[in-house]
Amino acid sequence: MSEHHHKETFVTKYIFSQDHKMISKQFLVTGMFMGIIGVFMSMLFRMQIAWPEESFSLIEAFLGPHQTDGVMNPDMYLALVTIHGTIMVFFVLTAGLSGTFSNLLIPLQIGARDMASGFLNMVSYWLFFISSVIMVISLFVEAGPASAGWTIYPPLSALPQAIPGSGAGMTLWLVAMAIFIASSLIGSLNYIVTIFNLRTKGMKMTRLPLTMWAFFITAIIGVVSFPVLLSAALLLIFDRSFGTSFYLSDIFISGEVLHYQGGSPVLFEHLFWFLGHPEVYIVLLPALGITSEIISTHSRKPIFGYRAMIMSIMAIAFLSTIVWGHHMFISGMNPFLGSVFTFTTLLIAIPSAVKAFNYITTLWKGNLQLNPAMLFSIGLVSTFVTGGLTGLVLGDSALDIAIHDTYFVVAHFHLVMGVSAIFGMYAGIYHWFPKMYGRMMNKTMGYWHFWISIICAYGVFWPMHFIGLAGLPRRYYSNTAFPMFDDLADVNVVITIFALIGGAGQLIFLANFFISIYRGKKATQNPWNSNTIEWTTPVEHVHGNWPGKIPEVHRWAYDYSKRVDPNDDDSDYLHGQDFVLQTTPLLDGEEPS
Amino acid sequence: MEANIAIPSDGKNTWDGGAVRPFGASYGKMMMWFFIVSDALTFSGFLAAYGLTRFKFIDSWPIADEVFTHIPFIHGEFPMYYVAFMTFVLIFSSVTMVLAVDAGHKMQKSKVAWYMFATIIGGLIFVGSQAWEWNTFIKGSYGAVKTTDGKVLQFVKDGHQIALSDFVVGERMDHRESDTKKNGLWFESGEAVSQYSVAQIIASYKADPSIQIRSEQIDLDKKQKIILSREKGLSELTKGKMVLEGANLKANEYGNTIFADFFFFITGFHGFHVLSGIVLNIIIFMNVVLGTYEKRGHYEMVEKVGLYWHFVDLVWVFVFTFFYLV
Repeated sequence: MSEHHHKETFVTKYIFSQDHKMISKQFLVTGMFMGIIGVFMSMLFRMQIAWPEESFSLIEAFLGPHQTDGVMNPDMYLALVTIHGTIMVFFVLTAGLSGTFSNLLIPLQIGARDMASGFLNMVSYWLFFISSVIMVISLFVEAGPASAGWTIYPPLSALPQAIPGSGAGMTLWLVAMAIFIASSLIGSLNYIVTIFNLRTKGMKMTRLPLTMWAFFITAIIGVVSFPVLLSAALLLIFDRSFGTSFYLSDIFISGEVLHYQGGSPVLFEHLFWFLGHPEVYIVLLPALGITSEIISTHSRKPIFGYRAMIMSIMAIAFLSTIVWGHHMFISGMNPFLGSVFTFTTLLIAIPSAVKAFNYITTLWKGNLQLNPAMLFSIGLVSTFVTGGLTGLVLGDSALDIAIHDTYFVVAHFHLVMGVSAIFGMYAGIYHWFPKMYGRMMNKTMGYWHFWISIICAYGVFWPMHFIGLAGLPRRYYSNTAFPMFDDLADVNVVITIFALIGGAGQLIFLANFFISIYRGKKATQNPWNSNTIEWTTPVEHVHGNWPGKIPEVHRWAYDYSKRVDPNDDDSDYLHGQDFVLQTTPLLDGEEPS
Repeated sequence: MEANIAIPSDGKNTWDGGAVRPFGASYGKMMMWFFIVSDALTFSGFLAAYGLTRFKFIDSWPIADEVFTHIPFIHGEFPMYYVAFMTFVLIFSSVTMVLAVDAGHKMQKSKVAWYMFATIIGGLIFVGSQAWEWNTFIKGSYGAVKTTDGKVLQFVKDGHQIALSDFVVGERMDHRESDTKKNGLWFESGEAVSQYSVAQIIASYKADPSIQIRSEQIDLDKKQKIILSREKGLSELTKGKMVLEGANLKANEYGNTIFADFFFFITGFHGFHVLSGIVLNIIIFMNVVLGTYEKRGHYEMVEKVGLYWHFVDLVWVFVFTFFYLV
C-alpha cells in the first residue's frame, strides 16, 4: 500500500477521483450515454429515409421545432447525420473505448499502482465530460446543431450565414471539439508514459499483452494526428469569427460578394483528413487489441504470431498517416497523386490481413469458450474482414471516383470501423466486467444481445453496398425526387427495420449492464482462467491495485494449454492447468514461449 | 508520484520493466517530449497550410525584404535587421536556459536563478519586439490602392516605393470630429478612414508623370515586382475601390490579404507559446528562488521547462525561415 493513506470522501472517490479504475468507469458511463443519443439519432433519420416525409409521433415528440406535424425538417436531417457521426466517432469510439479500457487496463496489465499522473488523468476525464455537455447543449440551439457533416467542410462550417446549423450550433461544435482534443491529448500522454515508465519488474515490452501494444500505439497516433485537427479547427474559427480567408475565396451570398480572398476549402480537407484517417485506427486498434486478448484467452491457445501482431499494429499506425488523400480523390487532386495515395492505401491491406489471419489461426483447433465476449470478438473479425474487403475497392482511385459519397462508402466504414469497434467495446465490457464491478454479466442476455446485434448489423449494412453501387448518394434527405432510385425504396425500408430492431436490441445490453452491477453473480478472482496480471488483484478494488507488493512478471501473457512436452499434445498441462499466470516463474528447463 | 513505481529502481536504464527509465528519462520528462511532438504537429499543420497557400500565389506573394524594413526610433529602410535581432535574442535565451539546466545538475541554486532570470528577460524582449513588429505592420508604411478585381497597386518613383503622402496633393481625409479620445466609439463600429480618397490619388497620379504603379505580380527571375507602364497603371488605377493603409486580417497594403492572415495567425500562435513559456519560466524561477528544488534534491522541473523553451525557439527558426527568409 502507498504510505500516505488518503482519506476518501464521496467526492474524491466517485466524482473527482484520481483512481484509474473509477475514471475508467466514468469514461464508460459517459460514453454509453453519448452512445444512446448517437444511436437514437440514427433511428430517427433512418425512419425518414425509409418512409420519406411520413408523420411519426416519435419524431414529433423528440424534434420539437425541427419537425412539422411529425415530419422531420430537411435541415434537421443534416444536423442529425452530423451529430450522429461526431458523437459515435469521437465521443463513443474514441473517448468511450480508449478512455475506458486504456484507463482500466494499462496500470492493471503492466503492474503499476496507477497512471503516471492521476491528476492529469482526472483532468482528461473532466475535459471530456465538459466537451460532452457542450455537444449535448448544441442540440438545443434554436437554429439546430451543426449540420455540415461530421467532416465539417467549409464553406458550410466557415460561414455562419450559410445554413441554419452553421451559426451557434457550429460554434458550439468547434468549442466542444477543441476541449475534446485537449482531453484526448492529456489522456494519450498519460497512457504512453505509463506504459513506457511504470512497467513492473520483468514486464518487458515483448511481454506486454497485445491490448497494451494496441493502446500504446493508439495513444501515439492520437498524439500525432489530433493536433493537426486542432490546427484545422483554429484556422476555421478564425475564418468564422475574425474574417480571415484561410479556407474561403470568392464567395457570393444572395448576390453580395464577401471579402474573402485567396483561401481554399481543399486545404481544410487535407488538414482534416490528416487526422481523419488515423482517427479510424484510433477507433479500431483498441478494439483489435481487446480482441487479441479475448480470442486467445477464450480459445485457450497462445495468440498466433505475437510479434507479427505487434509489427502489424506499428505498420498500420505508420501507414495510417500517409493515406489521407484517399478521402479526397474527387477534390480535383492530380491523378498521379491519387495513384500514390491508392498505393499507400492498398498497402494497409497487408498488416490488416496479417491480423485477420492471426485471429483465425488462433481460433483454429482451439478449445473455444463461446461466451458473449468471445462471440463479439469473433463478430469483430467477421465485420473487420467484410468491411476491410470493400476498403480495397474504395482505396482504388479509379473505382472510388464512381462510388464516392454513395451508400457503398457508408456501408464500408460502418462495418469496418463502426460495427467492428463497437463489437470490440462490447467484447471488452463482457470480458472485464468482473474486474470493473466484481460481478458477472448475465450470459443468456449476452447471447441475445450478440445475435440480435450481428444479424441486424449485416441486415443494415450488407444491402447498403448494393444501393450504393446502384448510385444512391449518402446524406440526401429524401430520394423521392429521383425516379431512378424508386426501385431502391424497398431496400431502404428493410434496412431501417433492421436498424430499429438492432437499436432496440442494445436495450438488452443496457439492462444487462445496469442490473449486473447490482444483481450479477459474484465474480471469482480469475473468472476466465486468464494469464494476465490484472486477475491477480483482489475482486474488491483497492487503491494501488495490489494490497502487497506488485507481482513480478516472468513470462509472456499467452501461455495457454502449455504442455510438458510441447511436441506431444497428449502430455500433461504444465503446472496441471491450461493456463500459466504471467507471475509464475519458469520451471527448470522450461522453454520461454 | 514516485510512490506509484512498483519496485525501487536499480538505476539501470533498460526496457525490461521494473521501475525503469527507457532513454533515461522520468515519466514527466517523457510526457513533455510527447507533448512537444504533438505541438510540433500543430505547427506543422499551420506551416503546411502556409506553404500550400504561398505556392498557390507564388507569383504574387509579398517580398519580405520590402515588408519588414523598420527599426524602432530610426527612420529609413533596414530590411530584416530588427527581426534578426529578435531571433538572436530568442536563441540567446535558449543558451541561458541551457546554462540554467547545467547549473541545476550541479545544484548551484543562485546560478540557476540568475540564468532563469536572463531567460525570462530574453523572452520578454522577444515578445515585446513582436508586439512592436505587429504594430508597425498594422500601421503600414506606404499605402496602396485595392482595385475591384482584387489587385493591390503600389506607387513607385525612381525605382523606389513611395508613400501616398509623398505625392498625393489635396486635403487629407482622415480628420474626424469623433476621433478624439473623449468622443465616441468610432474604433469599434466606424469605418476605417484613409488619408486620401481614391479620386485624389488618381488626380495626383495623372499630374505627376514621374510616378509609376506596380501591382503585386512578381517577376520571378528578378525577384522584383513588375512595374506597369503609365497607361496600364492608369487603367488599373481607375478600377480602384479602396485605399489600403497597413495590414489586418481583411486587407493588406503589401499584397495578398492571406499573407497578412497567415502572418498574424502563425506569429501570433508562436507568440502565445512564448508568452506561456515566460509564465512557466517565472513560476519555475520563483520556485528556484524559494528553494523548492533545492529541497527536492534535483532541478528536473528546470529541465522540463527548458525542453519547452528550446522547442519554442526551434519553432521560431522555422517561422522565421518561412516568413522572412525564403
